[in-house]
Amino acid sequence: MTEASLAIEARALAIGYPQADGRAVATLGDLDLAVAKGDFLTILGPSGCGKSTLLRVVADLLPPLSGALSVLCRPPAEARRRRKVGFVFQDATLLPWRTVRENVALPLQVGRGRAEPIAGNRDIDALIDLVGLSAFAARYPHQLSGGQRQRVSLARALLCEPDILLMDEPFGALDEITRERLNDELIALWRRTGTTILFVTHSVMEAVYLGTRVLVLAANPGRVQALVDLAAIKATAAKDAEGRCRREDPALVAAAAELRQLLQDGAASA
Amino acid sequence: MMRRIETIAWPIAGALSLLLAWQFLVPAFGVPAYIVPTPVSVLRTLAHEWRFLLTNALPTWIEALLGFVLGNGVAVLLATAFVYNRRFQAAYFPVVLFFNTIPVLALAPIIILIFGLGMAPKVIIAALISFFPTLVNTARGLTMVTANELDLMRVLSASGWETFWRLRVPRSVPLLFASLRIAATTCVIGAIVGEWIGSNQGLGAVIIQSTFNYQAERLFAAVTLASLSGLLFFAIVCLVESRFRRLNLGRS
Repeated sequence: MTEASLAIEARALAIGYPQADGRAVATLGDLDLAVAKGDFLTILGPSGCGKSTLLRVVADLLPPLSGALSVLCRPPAEARRRRKVGFVFQDATLLPWRTVRENVALPLQVGRGRAEPIAGNRDIDALIDLVGLSAFAARYPHQLSGGQRQRVSLARALLCEPDILLMDEPFGALDEITRERLNDELIALWRRTGTTILFVTHSVMEAVYLGTRVLVLAANPGRVQALVDLAAIKATAAKDAEGRCRREDPALVAAAAELRQLLQDGAASA
Repeated sequence: MMRRIETIAWPIAGALSLLLAWQFLVPAFGVPAYIVPTPVSVLRTLAHEWRFLLTNALPTWIEALLGFVLGNGVAVLLATAFVYNRRFQAAYFPVVLFFNTIPVLALAPIIILIFGLGMAPKVIIAALISFFPTLVNTARGLTMVTANELDLMRVLSASGWETFWRLRVPRSVPLLFASLRIAATTCVIGAIVGEWIGSNQGLGAVIIQSTFNYQAERLFAAVTLASLSGLLFFAIVCLVESRFRRLNLGRS
């Protein structure tokens, strides 16, 4: 794998928050990870294993404690300033006084002079159409369902055409039916754009269904339990009309069972 | 439509019934007109003495308006400083809190003593009375941002000014107007309190003088006008607020 084909590379990375006494205790330590461009990496693990913290460090919301991290072959801060990294939060984090359209357009109005200008005339309406909210462009967030709010949040993250999309349990608060539909749409979007996606989730089935690889983390102390490659399974699994793997395919179900076992092993050895 | 008429009709009917009771019960119980005049005689006084009353209302309005602008202006600036400098807030917010526990009525003579008998002390009293709710509400509105919202702004590489203008200001505007509506009525009270203590003009002065002279009708007329002034200020703030909301502050 050549250097330039890597979206994210971490070497001996330790991440965490400074404590009250000034010492920094790593939530997740000694992480070696290479994510290729176009990869869909799902991150699975119990609470406190540092999976959300990892996304925050990649997004340059938090400095690493030690080790090396490069995002698109650059320091994280530079990748952020180049607007190459999009973030979708667990709660959609829409500004309630802005309509759908105004929320999606927010990145055009901030970061002037500090970040790379957003090239050309971005078609905001096409983006809203892409996430299926054309009829809701003039609505306010409180008039939308939870799933619709997350779609707005996704459209806002896509406005800068990011190379990396960081998603922190984006569908965690949604009902199962909405979640599955958004999962299908996310796969379609990923296939079309080739964006590298890091997707944190609590749901084993979601991790298997979305990811080409699954990073399984264990907590106390945070560490990598396993990195499971699903590419071979997904190549042979039964597909639906749009070419997506079927959730009930035996190979996917077996992979989910394996991940559950890994999570249990991780909890037992703590 | 019927419902709309009813929502207006019932309060009017209620007020009229009380005025009618006042009109007929006060003479019926033998209360002399120099103690409590009837509503009709108060109205008659308003009609006869409108020139005198308005001449005195004008300074009160000016003091209240200047106090409103001064008090709320300083409050908004101080709230912004508090939000951006935690040490400044830690040092001075408790002082402001303590200051607020002093009743304005108790503070007024001190202010008159310092600033004399002109308009300035009345403006300052009106400003002080408007100041505190606006300071607290604005400071709260400006800090009512979630960790995720601040993260979002950072991911988008927003500057400090952009975060202030696009996030903190729109969040605090409803709270700011809530306190401006309070200040709209209290600034009139502040001006009148200032006039009680040391003035020969203004509605406050009329109230004090007509009380001492048993001019009950003039007293009641002045009180009515003072109350109407507060209502007028309140209505103006509501009007400005509805205009302001259409400006799409921090959105486009």
